[in-house]
Formats: sequence, structure tokens, C-alpha cells
Amino acid sequence: MFRKSVLIGTALIFLVSAGSVYAASARDYISIVGSSTVYPFATVVAEQFGKTTSYKTPKIESTGSGGGLKLFCAGVGVEHPDITNASRAIKKSEYDKCQKNGVKEIVEVKIGYDGIVVANSKKTAPMKLTRKDLFLALAKDVPNPKGGETLVPNPYKTWKDVNPSLPNVKIEVLGPPPTSGTRDAFVELAMEGGAKKFDWIKAMKKKDKKAYKAICHTVREDGAYVEAGENDNLIVQKLDANPNALGIFGFSFLDQNTDIIQGSFVDGVQPTFDAIADGQYPVSRPLFFYVKKAHVGVIPGIQEYLNEFTSDKAWGPDGYLSEKGMIPMPDEERAQFQSDVKALKPITMK
Amino acid sequence: MNNPSSQPNGLNPQGRRAIEIVNAGLARRYRKERRFRLYGISAILASLLFLSFLFGSIISKGYSAFQQTFIQLDIFFDPAILSQESLSTANYPGIVKQSLRQMFPEVKSRQDKRMLYRLVSSGASFQIRQMVLDSPEMIGQTLQVWVIADDDIDMLEKGHFDLEAPEGERRIKDIQLAWVDRLKKESRIEKRFNRILFTAGDSREPELAGILGAVAGSFYTLLVTLLLSFPIGIASAVYLEEFATQNRWTDLIEVNINNLAAVPSIVFGLLGLAVFLNFFGLPRSAPLVGGLVLTLMTLPTIIIASRASLQSVPPSIREAALGIGASKMQMVTHHVLPLALPGILTGTIIGMARALGESAPLLMIGMVAFIVDVPGGFTDPSTVLPVQIFLWADSPERAFVERTSAATIVLLAFLIIMNASAVYLRKKFERRW
Repeated sequence: MFRKSVLIGTALIFLVSAGSVYAASARDYISIVGSSTVYPFATVVAEQFGKTTSYKTPKIESTGSGGGLKLFCAGVGVEHPDITNASRAIKKSEYDKCQKNGVKEIVEVKIGYDGIVVANSKKTAPMKLTRKDLFLALAKDVPNPKGGETLVPNPYKTWKDVNPSLPNVKIEVLGPPPTSGTRDAFVELAMEGGAKKFDWIKAMKKKDKKAYKAICHTVREDGAYVEAGENDNLIVQKLDANPNALGIFGFSFLDQNTDIIQGSFVDGVQPTFDAIADGQYPVSRPLFFYVKKAHVGVIPGIQEYLNEFTSDKAWGPDGYLSEKGMIPMPDEERAQFQSDVKALKPITMK
Repeated sequence: MNNPSSQPNGLNPQGRRAIEIVNAGLARRYRKERRFRLYGISAILASLLFLSFLFGSIISKGYSAFQQTFIQLDIFFDPAILSQESLSTANYPGIVKQSLRQMFPEVKSRQDKRMLYRLVSSGASFQIRQMVLDSPEMIGQTLQVWVIADDDIDMLEKGHFDLEAPEGERRIKDIQLAWVDRLKKESRIEKRFNRILFTAGDSREPELAGILGAVAGSFYTLLVTLLLSFPIGIASAVYLEEFATQNRWTDLIEVNINNLAAVPSIVFGLLGLAVFLNFFGLPRSAPLVGGLVLTLMTLPTIIIASRASLQSVPPSIREAALGIGASKMQMVTHHVLPLALPGILTGTIIGMARALGESAPLLMIGMVAFIVDVPGGFTDPSTVLPVQIFLWADSPERAFVERTSAATIVLLAFLIIMNASAVYLRKKFERRW
């Protein structure tokens, strides 16, 4: 008898939960996916939004920019996310995929900037690097040091080999793996920026874009660049233990650990809040999120979430996002995006 | 041929007595045995050392998270701000800021004021809001209220900042230190038990972050896992052990079950994504789907443990039952299964403990997410304890380091309780024949 009632109870619980699956098909919370770089900022806004309004707190998954856009572009409907965060602009191929799957109108919101810092332990002096140094130290193939327009496998072992003004220590850089948006931005902004200093490589961009990209974006694999995983806290700890190593991560981690690590000068500029904000620091990138216009008004709270995100108390120069390490946009740019968001102006790509 | 018993006088071909040979080698054999034991003891010591190192580092990092710094403020519940009509949306941060300004009237510049406001957590205004909503009659009064301190102040109180460093490189500036010292002199700062850690969901502010959401998520997920994997596991084990005939098919099934037990757990996550989310259209990030995926993962463990347990029931029990006229089903349900149950339960608990500590398969089905609201059902978005630990470990704020360890301590406590109950059940109910 007892067994029977247990069986019936089990069956009942599953009926109930199956029933609630159907009830959940009308989703009452915002679903957000995307970049792990935007994640720490988006979560703050989401939490604030959840606490100060009557809407539920949005759910935010950290899937990476590419993974987020893939989910975002899968289609329209409650089972698909409403917003995706990205630490780069949407690509043409992704936009086309969105169009193909019926995600016709996408609103792009640029939220601010993030600096990518090359940092080392406070126990030693800060490095004074240029983007060219970074390219020569970290690329897989570099221009032949003896001259000529040929590439050789990276021969440099110490920073002094790269640039005589740098200290005579082994090149050892801890950085994110290829799946990371931080890595994408680093190779694009720092290494490609450095490679462009060689005229013949710059000239290649027009002739053979693929080969150009391969030169600029391929990181050496002989142990000088150590893939330290996506956990930036771990990199900070390793830098503290090994003063000769450099680490690559987002500005917010430098901001939180200023007593342990220091940012290296890149092209003569140290990564500070102000230097990134006014564009002097060369290795910074814009951060975005994308909104599915078809979901606005269907999923409750999207418009209000956008308002919260684009309010000055959030993304303004004194807003709470800047306290978390995001670099705000200049006033005009902010006003521009604010009005675009109000009007839900979709992007077009040909 | 060297067998000594074949020599009637106890002499071997060399003319020595067997006992002499034994005695000659005895010391060496004893030494060998002592060495062998020593290897065993040192192996155990080594693993204990690693274990104590792990526990030591987690506990020494995490114990401080069970306390949280509070600051006492004189809050004036200003009737001008708290108009009765809109009590839930009034300017509560303004009340907190006003009280701070009154306590430190010498702070004038805008930048200093901003630093002053940063002494207390942004959660303080929600705390005040809750107080007012609970008892609106306090409007107009001035009360002393203990509010949560900001995570930087908390870290300062716990001694996690190097105050020797130059001011520009510290998160806590000299002026803030002076304020904190003054508050301390007035004994307006104290550390209390961190209840928030156990009663709140996730938050991006370390001082407001708690594990309740993750614990609730783990509970719902494991409930689904248990309700599915226990009956299915026992049914398959009983059928395979008691009813199925040994043939090529059952061999194939057995090989597959053993194989599945060794499959990396992320593969089950991929399977869950393809089948439950994409094919059946179940919601992302739901404990229901997490439980289904973990069921797939724990089933092999439970089936293997249950079969071993059923095998250890001696055949004489079965024969006796059948001999006095029981049907096969009666034999199983009345005699074999009750006797095998302690072993089955042990296997189930160990499988559940493994499921509790699992995060990789949940990555694929969207349970690695920032979720503030505590889930209230099987389809609410939720996360689980190990995922919460992973997310906190990845957060830039310094105060999350100790919270990561604290959450790990809680997870370890659950695991120890589960595994200890497995050992207890086995000791208490296991019968040996």
C-alpha cells in the first residue's frame, strides 16, 4: 500500500512539473546571454533593475560573444534569448544568420569601453612597451630581424632581444585562450596595431587579407605565451607569485587589484580610467549589447531594462558601472545611443 | 620436486632442514613486510596531507566570510522624503546619504562625499526600505540602525588590504581610513554573523551575495535526479540481475552500462542540450532539465552498485523463498530487495553526492548564469552550488575570494554529510553471510 502511494506521489510530482513547463512557455523574465567581459556590468544593471522595479531580475548567462550571438540569432520566440552581450560588434555573417532565422530587427546598444591591460607584479618596475614590442614578442612568425620582407619563426627569448630598452628578462606572458573575447580584442588591437608598424605587412592588408590576418593574429606557441584560462583572478595570483611574468586581462581586474599589480605603459600611456576614457590608451575596445526588437513588449520589462542601462546613474561618468571598471562613452555618443534606444532603431547591414 | 614434504626426514637435497632455510630468510621476510606496511601508511599519510592542505587552505581563506562588517548609522526617517503614497519607491539611498552627511559634517567636496557614501553598501537603502515598509510608524523618528558596510570596508576590517602601500595604489584612501577609525572609536563598526550569505540569492555586490539561490537550485535538481534515477536504477538492476537470461544482449547492455559510468560528464550536457532543449523544447536553465541530465549521469553508478548489492544476497535465500512457494516477484520484493537495500542506498547516495558536485554538464544547458531570484520550482531559472562557486571565483571583487571559499565549505559539508550517511547506512544495515 505504502509503495503504491509513493509511486502515485512520484507520478503526480512529475505531472505537476510537466504542467509548469507549459506554464513557463510565457516567460516573465528577461533572458540575456553573451560575452563574459560584459557579464560583470550587465549583471550589476540586472540586479539594480530587479531590485528597483516590480519586474523579475533578468537571467544572464556568460556564453562568450560568439556563443551568445549564435543563441540570439537562432530565432524569435520565448525559448530564445532577448538580449545578447558582446565585446565586439556583430559580424556580417552573424547578422545574415539572424535575418535568415527571422530575427529581422536588431537594436545595437554600445555601452562603453573596456581597456585591455598588460600588467605585471608591483614588485618590479612597470614595463614600457609599444604595440610593436608586443607584436614582436608574442607573434608566431615575425619579420626577419636581419632585415628583408620575410618571416621567421619568433626568435626572441627575452624582452631585451625585442627592444634593447626593455629589461633582460624572459618573455613570459599569461593570457586568455583563443575562445575568449579578450584574446580576440588583444590580437586585433595590440598585435595587429604593432604589425602595422612594418610597412610591408601593412601593404599586405590590401593584397592578401588572409595572410595579413594570419601574421597579425597568430600567437606564438613555444611556451612564451601561456594560456592561463578564462579565470582572470588566477592570472593576478600568478603574477604576484612570479614578478617576471606579464598578464593580459580586462581593466576591471587591474582596477580591483591595484595594490598587487600595475599596468604596463603601451605606446607611452599607462592604462588608467581617464586615459582609456579619452582614447589615449591604444588597447581599448567598445562593448555592446543587442536587443531583439520583436521581443520588446512581449517579454515584460525589456524597455525598462534598456532605460535602466542607458540612464546616467548606470552608464554615466559617475554611474555605478564606472565603479565596476567600465569606461563610459563621451557625452555626445551617450546621448546618441540613448535616443537610438528610446526609438529602438534597428541596425542595417548590407 | 622441491616440496619439503616429499622428503620424509624433513631434509632437502642439500641436506639442510627446511626450518633452517625458513629461519635464515625470516628476518628478510619480516623486513619486507614492514616495508610493505610502511608504503601503505605513507600512501595514506600523503593523501591525508593533501586533504588537510586542501581543507586548511579553503577554511583559512573562507572562515572570515561567515562574518560581515556592519556600520551603525543614525537614520532620520525624514517625512519629507517618505511621503505615505509611494513608500516603496521613495528615495531611500537619499536617506542613507543624508545620515552619513550629518555624521560627517566636515565632508564638503563632491568627490569626498562620493567616497563617504561608499562606506556603506548599496544594500543599506533596501534594508531601510524594508524597515519602513514593515513598520511605517517609525517615519519622523531618528533611529540607530546597523547597516551593511561596503565590501571594501569589510575587506579592510578583515585585514585583507596592505595599508603600507602608497595611498594612490590602495582601494581604501587615507581619508576613508580616518572615517573608519572614527567610527571604530565610537564603536559604530562591528563584525556580525553573515546571515546574508545563507538567506540571499546571488548578487554582484559581494556583501549582498548569498548561496540560498544556488542551494535551492541544487535541491530541486537533485530531487528530480533522485526521483528519476532511483526507481529506474533499481528496476534495471533487478531485471538484469534476477530476471534476464544471460545472453549476448544482456552482455551488450552490461558493457554499455559500465562504459557510460566512465563517460566524461560534459558529454551528458551535450546530450541534454540536443535532446531535452532542442528536441523536447524544455526551458533553458531549469532544474528540471539539470535533473534529467544528472539522472543520465548517475544512473550507471546506481545500477552498478545495485547489481553488486543484489549479487551479494546468497542464492540460498532465493531458493528458500521459491521452495516455500513464493513467486519470483515475491521472492524479489519480499526477500532479496530488502536485504540488498542498504547497499543500493549507499550507491544511490554516492551517486547523488557526485551529482551535487557536478557543474560541467550544466554548462551546456544554461545553468551557468547570473540568477538573483531564489528559484521556487522545477522550471524557474536557477543555478547550483558548484556553478555558484565557479562564478564567484571568476568575479573581480576581492571580497568574492573569501565567499568562494565559504561556498566551497558549505558544499563540502553537504558532501561529507551525504557520504557519512552512506557509511552509516552500510555499517548499520549491511548483513554479511
